[in-house]
Formats: sequence, structure tokens, C-alpha cells
Amino acid sequence: MKAKVHITLKRGVLDPQGKAVAHSLASLGFAGVNEVRQGKFIEIELAETDPAKARTKLDEMCRRLLANTVIEDYAIELA
Amino acid sequence: MKAAVIVFPGSNREHDVARALTASMGSPPRLVWHGEAELGAADLIVLPGGFAYGDYLRAGAIAARSPVMREVAARAARGVPVLGICNGFQVLTEAGLLPGALLPNATLKFSCKFVHLRVETGQSLFTAGYAAGQVIRVPIAHHDGNYFADADTLNRIEDKGHVAFRYCGEDGALTPSSNPNGSARSIAGVFNATKTVLGLMPHPENAIDPLAGGTDGKPFFDGLIKALS
Amino acid sequence: MTASVKASPAASIAPETATAHGLTADEYTRILSILGRPPSITELGIFSVMWSEHCSYKSSKKWLKTLPTKAPWVICGPGENAGVIDIGDGLAAIFKIESHNHPSFIEPFQGAATGVGGILRDVFTMGARPIANLNALRFGSPQNPRTRHLVAGVVAGIGFYGNCVGVPTVGGECNFHPAYDGNCLVNAMTVGLAPVNRIFYSSAAGIGNPVVYVGAKTGRDGIHGATMASAEFDEASEAKRPTVQVGDPFTEKLLIEACLELMATDAIVAIQDMGAAGLTSSSVEMAGKGGLGLELELDRVPLRETGMTPYEIMLSESQERMLMVLRPEREAQARAIFDKYELDFAVVGRLIEGGRLVVKQDSTVAADMPIQPMVLQSPEYDRPWTASPTRPPVDSAQLPLIETADALETLMGCPDLASKRWIWEQYDHLVRGETVQTPGGDAAVVRIPGTKKALALVTDCTPRYCLADPATGGAQAVVETWRNLTAVGARPLAITDNLNFGNPERPEIMGQLVGCIAGMRQACLALDYPVVSGNVSLYNETQGKAILPTPVIGGVGLIDDLAAAMSLAFKAEGESIILLGETRGWLGASLYLREVCGREDGAPPPIDLAAERRNGDAVRAMIVERLISACHDVSDGGTLVAIAEMALAGGFGADIAVPEGVEPHAWLFGEDQARYLVSCREPAPILKRARDAGVAAAVIGRIGGDSLTVSSSRPISLKALRARHEGWFPSFMTAS
Repeated sequence: MKAKVHITLKRGVLDPQGKAVAHSLASLGFAGVNEVRQGKFIEIELAETDPAKARTKLDEMCRRLLANTVIEDYAIELA
Repeated sequence: MKAAVIVFPGSNREHDVARALTASMGSPPRLVWHGEAELGAADLIVLPGGFAYGDYLRAGAIAARSPVMREVAARAARGVPVLGICNGFQVLTEAGLLPGALLPNATLKFSCKFVHLRVETGQSLFTAGYAAGQVIRVPIAHHDGNYFADADTLNRIEDKGHVAFRYCGEDGALTPSSNPNGSARSIAGVFNATKTVLGLMPHPENAIDPLAGGTDGKPFFDGLIKALS
Repeated sequence: MTASVKASPAASIAPETATAHGLTADEYTRILSILGRPPSITELGIFSVMWSEHCSYKSSKKWLKTLPTKAPWVICGPGENAGVIDIGDGLAAIFKIESHNHPSFIEPFQGAATGVGGILRDVFTMGARPIANLNALRFGSPQNPRTRHLVAGVVAGIGFYGNCVGVPTVGGECNFHPAYDGNCLVNAMTVGLAPVNRIFYSSAAGIGNPVVYVGAKTGRDGIHGATMASAEFDEASEAKRPTVQVGDPFTEKLLIEACLELMATDAIVAIQDMGAAGLTSSSVEMAGKGGLGLELELDRVPLRETGMTPYEIMLSESQERMLMVLRPEREAQARAIFDKYELDFAVVGRLIEGGRLVVKQDSTVAADMPIQPMVLQSPEYDRPWTASPTRPPVDSAQLPLIETADALETLMGCPDLASKRWIWEQYDHLVRGETVQTPGGDAAVVRIPGTKKALALVTDCTPRYCLADPATGGAQAVVETWRNLTAVGARPLAITDNLNFGNPERPEIMGQLVGCIAGMRQACLALDYPVVSGNVSLYNETQGKAILPTPVIGGVGLIDDLAAAMSLAFKAEGESIILLGETRGWLGASLYLREVCGREDGAPPPIDLAAERRNGDAVRAMIVERLISACHDVSDGGTLVAIAEMALAGGFGADIAVPEGVEPHAWLFGEDQARYLVSCREPAPILKRARDAGVAAAVIGRIGGDSLTVSSSRPISLKALRARHEGWFPSFMTAS
């Protein structure tokens, strides 16, 4: 089964890349952009077919490697 | 004494730090390829600068999970001194051996230049060659050196004296303009709770030579080797 | 060979297909006669890249052959992956400069990054440990909104690649001119060191020896990059973005270490990197030089994508790949090294008798073509050319009088003279710990590990001179590198050249190329300063607008004793400032004329090669004998700009006296050549030395204070000058 993992900086962690993107959007004339947060998107193909087991496994992957929980949050999406 | 410099795929300052150690020890450290089965006897373990595993995913993230780091963590737990410089510092935070994390520089750019550091304590293996409050001039060369930790962690490491170096002006003052990467509280280097593990972003190993980079980094290695001998 | 080439179908290759591959009707006819039949699509692709301007030098070959390439210290001149010179103590310096102009314009970050990767491979392919990178950059007008995007991307890309592989980027240059609005120039140079007895070449030998592919996997990257680099831009080029290659410096770093480890053994017979035209040019070059045939089995090539055709595999420009011929008994040893670094290692073919390149996939022959005719009968054109019209000199007396302080402030803050710190602080210029002089001086100085010797490295070109008078400009580019190396105390040894021009099918552009090469030739001969490697980049024009003729020269010199190396920074208050060389006040084609007077006309300063040699040799002797404390060559912006640069570097001001009877602005800002500024405690011995050598010399001022004072003009504080000089680049890059 296919999983999508979204990794974002935690609230409260400064995101200079997001700020730069927001600034650039404003300079291109896109009004009303309040905030931009930049993150990572990872696609994973799993042999596991049981959604609950897959989620447990993915959660562990996120905690141990994919996200640095000192600075990042993650969200898992199963397709 | 014996020193081991761990070489990951993508390390690139292993020879720089090996040269600095050799100059202070009188004999060269062992360069240990990450895949070698045995770390061997070591009184000091060094994680050098570079871009281990291309710094893909996050700086230091993949190296921190490589098998050799399990051994490094075990040795660190037994009190073997571990020094991480630049990418080595990133690896140590990713491995959980040091508090905090290193974010991309606030400038979003790689930055290679000489900076001033204030030595926060001379009371450690790693800073024994300096006096507290001393200002030294050494280079930085990194893209992800913006030290981050939550406020509680920052307060704790400050209270316990676990900050080793801070970025400062020539006169030792901490100002926004002397902080090259946006690091929290101008922190350039931190210890673990027992002050046997040090991570720092600047490169004292590139300041041991009057012709190339000056000599302000020399006491770092001389002091460390003397303290360990 | 009995197998017949798979009809692709050959008969269906229409003349338009050949045209779409950049081949002319004559070239296609020649292919038919070499093969004796129509080519398969794979063969057509192979011919098109081998006969592209980029690989065949068909427009420039006739003229490149006139350049001097020999000297007693030259081990290997042009024709291999890079040039090799003997620097004593059993060591060789191996170096080359190469352009990545078109890819960088389309995708600045990856284009520039892969440019660095490619030139690194050219150097370590020959057995050298890369020790320094430089880059020469040219961008369009700062007012052009695209310029900032290109600068940011190119600089970040160069840094990304060079920083990761752990090779310091120690020098280079960066200029701006509207002529580069549609075509930026990214020229990257790498310098490496190798033992003289362990240099590796590309000539294959040994029928039956395995042909081995190592490095990264092959994808559909950059297919037709070499032909793209040989065609003019048009609006549709934007749509070519998918063909830009993506670089992986992490893999390159592993490839460097693996290759150097293998090179310490005797396993390698021949080795060639896969650069432009990838597997095609590497296999043709190795087999062609060895006079052998080569059979490739494409099923064995490590692929990153599925369903790749022989055409795509042969033309892919995926990065970080090498091809080598090994001694068969060493194959296992070699494989173990590449396994250690987790790089692909695949035997993809073998050397065969008969001199043909045979390419198979699924046991079907996709190409079967004779190598020697393809190489020897590659087109060579004697393109028509017209000499550039001669320009009259500028009469400095006719120029408006401008307050000296204002003119200096304008010049020090103009895009071409402003500090490039914003750029070079993004490059790791310190890794390896041997960088003795960092960017910002006349030349970078990099110590040779474990010795008291060092290499001095520089790139230079003054395109506005080349446009005004190609022969003078070509000579000036060479002599300026020679002067810059001299100014740090080095003996200049050899150069690598990157000839960037417009469309050679236009006679006036061809005339620029011919003129610049003629000037370079004269300078190289006069200075014993041969060309050992180089690269030609033509068709740098967009919608009929060509770049300025830009023959970038990369110079390499040797410092025998680092203790006597010299820098441009003023060292102490009270010392005298001496100007060496003759000053006539030449303002034609000068930066003063352009930046202060708003004019770009006039003849450039003439080059007197005998004076260059005489003056430079005298200055070098003074440095080696430690008679002087600072030295700087006088170039862009003239004497006062050079003094200002020395003052800012050292943090000392100066009092300058303009001699009686000269026009002050011409004397202060004229760009007469063959000149140096030096400082010293005791001027008398320097003046005597100069007199004895026949070099004009005069004390023109004294170091001191915190401002520059020039005769009656208002004093210029160093602080204000520094703000101008350092401020331009960051404010340009942050403006939106």
C-alpha cells in the first residue's frame, strides 16, 4: 500500500524558507498571503496491507528517521 | 593516546581535523570508515565536517542512524569523549547525544567566513586550552548551523553551564550582527550533561596555521589532548 | 560484424531528422558516405553529438591549432581531459576550465552545479586530487529583472556542488553587461595535484579488455545537452528545461574517492569521464585514441528509468559517471572498491578488433559504425570572418571634469568593481586547510600539502577590450592573469582558456574569435605561457544579439617559498607607495569612461608584451627578495581604484600626489597596462632596481590615516568607501 508522509516545522520554529517564499509571493503581486510554512512530502510503498499495522510502522519510521521531532511534526496519510 | 575520526560517505573535513590532532598529539588519529566492523580502542572519537550521506533528508540525519553511531553512542555513554564539528555536531544532535537541532541558516545561504567566538567556560576537556570569556577567531563553513532548542532546554543548558561557545563581536559582545546564522542565544557549541560530548559548528581545525587561517584554534586541540593525556 | 543494424527504420530518417539534430545537409551526406547506407536513429544521434560544435570544435579548430601549447614543464597539452604541468618534487598540476553557459541560463542552480561536477571529473579522471575550484561568471544588466534570479541560482549551485565535494572554491570573477542579458556565462575551473608518474589517460589498449561503467545510474537527463550547447537560443529554449542534468555532489564525492583509491593500484588501462554526450563521447574517445573497436551491451548499463532506448542511453548526460578499461585480472579488486563506496560497477562491453563501435541492446545491433572515419572526417570549417573595425582612441582632454572623490566612489561601488564577498562567502574556500590567500586578492594562493610551495590561481578577461579590439583584448586577458600571478609572487606557468563567443556563422563574430586567438597567441609566446587545456563555447546569442567576446583565461603559477608570498593589503603607516610601469592616461574602453562618463567607446589600452615581461619579472624579483610589503596589479579602474583596493584590504588610508603636468583623471583612472603598485618602507632600492631594469617607477604617495586624499580633491573616508564597495552586491540581491 502507498503512504504519504507530510513533515512540517513545528509551530514556534522559525521557518526562514517559508518566510522567503511568502515574501516572493507578495513581490509577485499575490495579495493576502498571510503565512507560508514549507515542509517535506515523502511517498512510501509498503508491502504491508493492513492499514493499522502500516500506520504503526510508519509512525515509528517518522519518529526514528523521517522527522526530527525536536523541530518537526509529521502527518501520515494512507492511500 | 588514541583518537578515531569516523569517516562517513560524504565527510570532507576528516583530513583537516586529523592534521590538527596530529599536530597536537604527535601521532595521527585513525581514520575509521563508517562501514568498518570495529571502531577499535579510542580515547577520543571525532565526527568531522562534511555532508554525510549528502545531508539528504536533514543535515546529519542519515549518518546519525548508521550502525557505527550505535557504537559511538555506547562509547559516549561509558564516558569516552566525543567531538562533533560542523556536520559532526549535526549528527550528534540528530543522534540525540546533544540537545537541540540545527536548522538552515537564517540567511538561507551557505556561509564561509571567519567569526569571533566567546569561550563560555574553560572548565571542560574541550575548552581547557582557553580561559572563560576569551574571544577567538575561527572560520565557519555551513548551510545548516542555526542552533535551535525550545526555551526550557535553552534555559537548562545555560543554567548548567553546558554552552561551550557563543558567536560574538571582536570585543566579545553578543549582538545580532555577530550571530552569523540566527542561532538561539548565539550558541555556537554545546556540551552534553557530563561535558564529555561537544558539538560546535565552527572549525577550530582550520585555524591552526599562521599561514592559513591563523592559530586561534590550536589551543582547542592542545588543551584537549593535554587534558586527555 | 554479421548482425545488421536494426532498421529504426533507417530508411525513414528524413533530412528533417538530420536537421533537427543540428546536422547540415553536407554533414549528413558525409555520414551516408562513411556508413555506405543511411544511419539508424542511434547512429544519427551519435554522429550528431560527436560532430556538434561542443565535441568537434569544427568552427574553432583551425584557429586553436595556432596557440602555443609546449614548454619544458608541460607534460600534457590540449587533447586530453585536462592539461598537465610539472611543478617539481615529483608532482604535477592538472587543470582545465569549462563552460556550462546554456544549461545555467535555462536552470541556473543545476546548470552551474553540474558545470562544477563536470570539470571536477575532467581533472580527477587524470589521477589528480582536486585541490581548488574557481569560476568566471558573466551576467546581464543588474537592471534586468532576470539577472538577480540567475546570480542567486548560479552562485547557490556552484556552492552546493563544490562545498559538498570538499574542494575549496578559492577564486574567480563576476561581471555584468547588458550583452549577457540573454546568455549568461558560467565558466568553472578545477585544479588538481597528482604524482607525475601516476597520470591517467584516455587511450584504450588491449583487445578483449573489459570496458567498465562506474558511478551513478543512467536516466534521461540532458539528452542533447551537447547539441543544445551548440545552438542559439530562441524563445522555445525555455521549453528545453527537461533536458537539463541534475547533479548529485554526494555521489561525485564518493566517485572521487573510489577512483583515486583505484588509481593507487595498477588496474586501470584507460579512463574517461562521461561528460557532454555521455557514453557516446567517452567510448568513441577511448577507442578512437587507442585505434581499437569497442562493443557495448546496453542491457548491462545501470539504468534509473525503464524503457530507455539505445538512442537515449548513448546520448544521456546523467552526471557522476565514468568509463574505464581495466586489466581483466584486476576486475574483482576494482569492483570491491566501488562496492565499498556503494557505487554502480558494471562491465558494459569490451575492446574489439576492427575499429568499429558496436552498440547492442537485446542482442539487436543498434549501431555499428567505424570510429576512425567518424573522428578523422569530422567537419572542420574555415568560416569566413571580417576583422572588427578599428576604434579611435579617446581624447581624455575632451571628457568632462569630475570630482575625483565622486568618481572613485562611483567606481568602487559599480557592479564590476564592487566587492564580490556576497558570492564567495557562499563558497567553502577553506576546506582542506591549505588556502593561504582567500578570494578578494589578485590571485588565490593554495599551498601544496606538506611543502612550503604553493600554486597561485586566477581567472581573467576584460570583454569590453575584446569587443573594442579583439587582438588587444585576447592578449590582455592573458597578460592580466600573468600579472595577477606575478603580484602574489608566483612564476606563471601555463593557462587554460574558455573561449565564449556568439554565432561563428556570422563573419563579424568569427572575426572576434580569430582576433582574440591571435592576441592570445602573441601573449603566450612572449611570456612563455602556453595553453594546456581549454573549451570553446559558441552560439552564445539570443535573437541575433551576441555576448561580448569573452575569452576567459585561467592562469596557474608556482610560488617556491610561501614565506615570500605577497598580498595587496597595505601593511603599515608611513610606507611609500610606488607605481611601476608607464602611465599615459589611457581612458578608451575604460571603466571610468563607462561608469562615470556613460560611454563605452574608444580603443582599449595597447599591450606592450616586452614591457609586460620586463615589468613583471622585475616585480617578481622584488617580491622574492622581500623588498616590498604589498603588491597589486593595476587593471580595471586604473591606479586610484587599485590604491583604494589596497587601502580597504589593509585598513590604512593614503595620501596620493598627482604629478605635475598630467590630466588628473586620465592619470588616476587610465587603464594603461603592464603596471603594478607596490608599497615599501625604503623606496630608494626599489627605484634603483626599477631604473636598472628599465622599468618606469615613481613614488606617488604614502600610507597613513583613515582616508584617501588625492591632491586637491576632498578626502574620501575608508569607512564610506568600504560601505560603497561592500554594499552594492548585498543591496542588489535583496532588492525586489
